[in-house]
Amino acid sequence: MRRVLIVGATSAIAEATARRLAADGDALFLAARNAEHLQAIADDLRVRGATQCETAVFEATDYAAHADLIEAAQTALGGLDTLLIAHGTLPDQKACEASFETTRRAIEVNALSVISILTHAANLFERERQGTIAVISSVAGDRGRQSNYVYGSAKAAVTTFLQGLRNRLHPAGVQVLTVKPGFVDTPMTSAFAKGPLWASPEQVARGIHRAIQKRKDVVYLPGFWRLIMRVIREIPEAVFKRLSL
Amino acid sequence: MKRRYKSWGRYPRAEQEAVRLWWRNEPFPSHALDGKTALPRGNGRSYGDSCLNDGGVLVDARGLDRFVAFDPATGILRCEAGVLLADILALAVPKGWFIPATPGTQLVTVGGAIANDVHGKAHHRDGTFGRHVRRFELLRSDGARLICSPTEHADWYRATIGGLGLTGLILWAELALKPIANPYIAAESIRCESLDAFFEVSAESDEGYEYTVAWIDCTARGPSLGRGLFARGNHAPDGISNTPRPPGRGFTFPVELPVSLVNGLTLRAFNRLYYNRQREARTQRIVHYAPFFYPLDALREWNRIYGPRGFFQYQCVLPGSDGRTAVHEILERIAASGEGSFLAVMKVFGDLESPGILSFPRAGVTLAVDFPNRGQPTLALMESLDAVVRAAGGRVYPAKDARMSAESFNDYYPQWRELLPFIDPQLSSSFWRRTAGALT
Repeated sequence: MRRVLIVGATSAIAEATARRLAADGDALFLAARNAEHLQAIADDLRVRGATQCETAVFEATDYAAHADLIEAAQTALGGLDTLLIAHGTLPDQKACEASFETTRRAIEVNALSVISILTHAANLFERERQGTIAVISSVAGDRGRQSNYVYGSAKAAVTTFLQGLRNRLHPAGVQVLTVKPGFVDTPMTSAFAKGPLWASPEQVARGIHRAIQKRKDVVYLPGFWRLIMRVIREIPEAVFKRLSL
Repeated sequence: MKRRYKSWGRYPRAEQEAVRLWWRNEPFPSHALDGKTALPRGNGRSYGDSCLNDGGVLVDARGLDRFVAFDPATGILRCEAGVLLADILALAVPKGWFIPATPGTQLVTVGGAIANDVHGKAHHRDGTFGRHVRRFELLRSDGARLICSPTEHADWYRATIGGLGLTGLILWAELALKPIANPYIAAESIRCESLDAFFEVSAESDEGYEYTVAWIDCTARGPSLGRGLFARGNHAPDGISNTPRPPGRGFTFPVELPVSLVNGLTLRAFNRLYYNRQREARTQRIVHYAPFFYPLDALREWNRIYGPRGFFQYQCVLPGSDGRTAVHEILERIAASGEGSFLAVMKVFGDLESPGILSFPRAGVTLAVDFPNRGQPTLALMESLDAVVRAAGGRVYPAKDARMSAESFNDYYPQWRELLPFIDPQLSSSFWRRTAGALT
């Protein structure tokens, strides 16, 4: 049985992943902004087999509360060995271009708040010399594109931070998993027309669950994104800057 | 956002916007309607246009797929309306519970099962799905939230069960499951060489078998008319040995074929082969529940086999002792037409009352047949079947219909006006406008 803290637990990918953990009989502590949504998910996960399911309302940019959140999860579950960070927003790129305030907000939610939680959790897991840290980054962080480089640069910061953290925590036996989903059909992307590259949150959750079990470092979900992003990264900048991506 | 929402028969095609629901505490999505009407949508397994709202909006409730509570001691399950019956079985079967009154696919939502008051092989024992719904919450476009049960808002309960999604959004429901000892069915298959043989076996099976249904060779004529394989079964008792393995993941039919694979030639060949597959007069096996109840779920998106023009399903029920004569006439007309299907299914319903105002099932014999859409000849055949059903005082199932006339609807469901006071002013469907809408 794992003891799992899920931050951003009401996101579609987190919820689908939590269902798999619940079916394994894990003990879960869910943190997110909306108390009613948390309640609905917690009830569901208990029915699906979670040994225990606690909730806490959480605001990503309330940095001062992050240490308390981790401690609350530890206390409620009698310890903590797995952390899944899944919260995030999809900022409007055009609005970010027009306003630094909007950009700053997007970077804070998608990068800084993640780094803040990771800082606390890393020290805890390093001390305990065990555990799994899984974070939902994005393929968008693999290369900056004009259509969403604010979101992309926040995810790039998370990805790079996780690389370093993995390097640091490896001797302590802590797994650091970077999850890079491609297009996923969730409420966050409800405004987009969906095509064949789109995956369901359930598909992505299956990949996350497997990657945690297999103690992977980095997963693209679905797996074909690894190939797509390799190609995209290989395009020379002199060519890339001319593309409308 | 535009998405291609089709019905299971892939006919008719409809253009509609979609709003997706994710949370049961959300308000009714009036803000997204822009003056248009809306229709709640489950998993789109209705065959015709009762799950379409051409020119309007679909409120896709598949995102409401959470369980709320389950008591393994009593089998009472509460879940959101977008939960699939497959999800319920995956949860409940290992704990010793099963869905009473399950239809022939587990890929329908709880909300859809209520809105169409679906039925299945256990109708003669358990009645319709609605009979096992203890309560549900209905969200109206004016924001009212009604808890409906046989005792609270009982009129809304009756209107919403079988109410085709028109009375409001079903948010969650509480179901009473039935206890089982294991996931297996003790199944028998009996060769019936004629329609009379079917009725004989059916009558003798009602008492001792929880589940009955027959596959019929709808191309057979003369003395063989109505021949088929009669399937019956019970939940296997505790302590059986040699338990079968649960089924694998099945296959997905990969593409929509350019033309229908179902034509006169393949139909006759398939029906003959399928009937003659079983040489023995009777076979007995222990099977997993999935292939017994949901054989077609193993071939996902099987509707693609009918090609781009799609197909119709025709399901009628013929009451009383005249039902036998009428079903004979219907089978005769189908066989004579050369239209017909791989899957003609026949069953005798029991006399347990359906709870909904507009519920389809009633005591009598029911026949369900698929027809590939060949345009006018297919429509003309179904119109001629309607004439038989109307004369026999029977009815046709709205959840499977894409073409019945308003007059036929009025004959089949003379009580339909009782539903009017309960219909939400912001809800409508292609089916409803085509039938009731043409009568008011």
